[in-house]
Amino acid sequence: MLVAAAAVACGGGSSSPPPNSSATPPAASGASIQINGAGATFPSPIYTKWTSEYNKLHPDVRINYQPVGSGAGIRQLISRTVFFGASDQPMKDEQLTSAPGPVLHFPTVLGAVVPIYNLPGVSGDLKFSGPVLAGIVLGKITKWNDPALVKLNPGIKLPDLGLSFVHRSDGSGTTFVLADYLGKISPEFKSTVGVDASLKWPVGVGAKGNEGVAGFVKQTPGSLGYTEPAYANQNQILFGAVQNSAGNFIKANPGSVTAAAAGAAAAMPADFRVSITNAPGDQAYPIASFTWMLFYENPDDKAQAKAMVDFMKWALGDGQKFASDLGYSPLPAPVVDMELKALERIKLQ
Amino acid sequence: MAARGAKSGRIDETIFRVGTGAFGVLLIVIVIAIGIELLRQSQLSIKQFGWHFWLTDTWDPVAGEFGARPFIWGTLYSSVLALLLSTPIALGIAIYISELSPDWLRRPLMFLTELLAAVPSIVYGLWGIFVLVPLVRQFEVNTPEWLRGVPLFTGPPLGVGMLSAALILAVMVIPFTSSIAREVLRAVPQAQREAAYALGATRWEAIRMALFYARTGIIGAVMLGFGRALGETMAVTMLIGNNPQITWSLYAPQYTMAAVIANEFTEATNDLYLNALVEIGLVLFAITLVINVISRTLIWSMNRPARPKTARTAVVREAA
Repeated sequence: MLVAAAAVACGGGSSSPPPNSSATPPAASGASIQINGAGATFPSPIYTKWTSEYNKLHPDVRINYQPVGSGAGIRQLISRTVFFGASDQPMKDEQLTSAPGPVLHFPTVLGAVVPIYNLPGVSGDLKFSGPVLAGIVLGKITKWNDPALVKLNPGIKLPDLGLSFVHRSDGSGTTFVLADYLGKISPEFKSTVGVDASLKWPVGVGAKGNEGVAGFVKQTPGSLGYTEPAYANQNQILFGAVQNSAGNFIKANPGSVTAAAAGAAAAMPADFRVSITNAPGDQAYPIASFTWMLFYENPDDKAQAKAMVDFMKWALGDGQKFASDLGYSPLPAPVVDMELKALERIKLQ
Repeated sequence: MAARGAKSGRIDETIFRVGTGAFGVLLIVIVIAIGIELLRQSQLSIKQFGWHFWLTDTWDPVAGEFGARPFIWGTLYSSVLALLLSTPIALGIAIYISELSPDWLRRPLMFLTELLAAVPSIVYGLWGIFVLVPLVRQFEVNTPEWLRGVPLFTGPPLGVGMLSAALILAVMVIPFTSSIAREVLRAVPQAQREAAYALGATRWEAIRMALFYARTGIIGAVMLGFGRALGETMAVTMLIGNNPQITWSLYAPQYTMAAVIANEFTEATNDLYLNALVEIGLVLFAITLVINVISRTLIWSMNRPARPKTARTAVVREAA
């Protein structure tokens, strides 16, 4: 960690110290500050957008984000080779205890997972329910005209066609969110497959990355997979509505995903380690999740800590408007308020 | 003046020898260091599973159970299939270029085969997804019923799977095998061919003589291709379907060692899981090392010993 601090100390120096009169939050020394973070790939587009936008506003603050994966991000945070980590799933208790100091979670944006499919001759939106999705993943539903699917979709003529399920082959937050949801719906899924970023899938083909899954579904008649909505839209693949806990069939969009977070906000734990799959609320989309940034409560480098807290205030405020364009959903206001309060816990002195 | 020149020449010689020697040693150190590091980083998994790691089929990150057998199977199966497909073609190319092709065609052909080796594997993967997989799926959909009973052709027509992976691997291996086989054939002394012609051999018979003379080198070339196929990651993971199962079916999605490391390493959150992935790396490293050593030894054994001896045994065996 000394090395990291030294690298940061030497990292700046190119720009002249900005005058302290502006609204720019001044860095401790007035020199430019470089902050390194690493973690999940899923929020990488918006983090990159945020850091570049923020750098325009505050040229003295440079934030580098390396999308190395949630697991690697958490490992780097624990070994203190980066200032902040980022993850699509909250850190587990044993990971928290193995960290050298208390770690705080801050939700940054919301993401959703949608069931995408390629079904020749069917143009309307299909409806899915948790038990049906669990049945597909567990290999119990193998035909498109399975009675369970037919029952959910009256008025759509489902063909007698084999259903090939495609999942992510790489460990992924997207997989974690889906598994988290199916685990709540289906005890069998929870006990036989379990909830994690990489799973022992009972059936199906593994494709690499969201783009791999989308590519497979686009090409393969009769296939069904899951991706973030942005990939379905980009590739013009149909995705279905999913029945939520109130019994309504909801399609994922920024409104319904934010609604899921708002539904969960009421019972938000102080450390923000919360799952919002199958959240309560009439309009809540059920397969949704926060993605988190991870900070030490008592960081070594106070100048970086100060700059990062200022960055977070901006990201949770003005920064949220970039979310929907990049395929994410903005945080609901009550969650933002709670987080602004929680930011005060980071020790800046 | 002349003495000075000789002296500085000797110093140059020494520097050159020590310098290149250091690089040579460095290479050995790197290989050993990789081996040690892989061993060290997979301690947890080695302790927990021992030999069971090689022999069990379950790969369950959630439950913390790790067995490498399906990945070892997938790696060896896909590589062997790739060799079966690529070797005849690669040898055909090598023979044509070194023995038959007119001079004006030789250079372009050599250039094109080597170009195949320069294409990045992600490009092969993309080509595989967009061109090869749909073709393979068509083939799978149209498999005649009588063929479906054969264990090689069972399973739903997914397109991605062992067949697609083996085909793309074959294409990727061809330039390696054919370039080396071509060089080996060129190393066959012209006198061999002339002697064959003098004895009244036809062109085909003369080429067979040359092939026989170069056999160890050609086997070495094939083995190098095998080593290449074992380690190929990106294109394979894009096409093989990434499902750890042991089956003969060419249509079934399977998995390789390199692919599972590439896929799961970044999101491996707990230590045992990470150690298990590194141990897969260790297994792959060991297998690749063994294969490369064998192939190298074969190539050396052809080039090193006195040539006439080999030629004589060849002739003697031919006669017998």
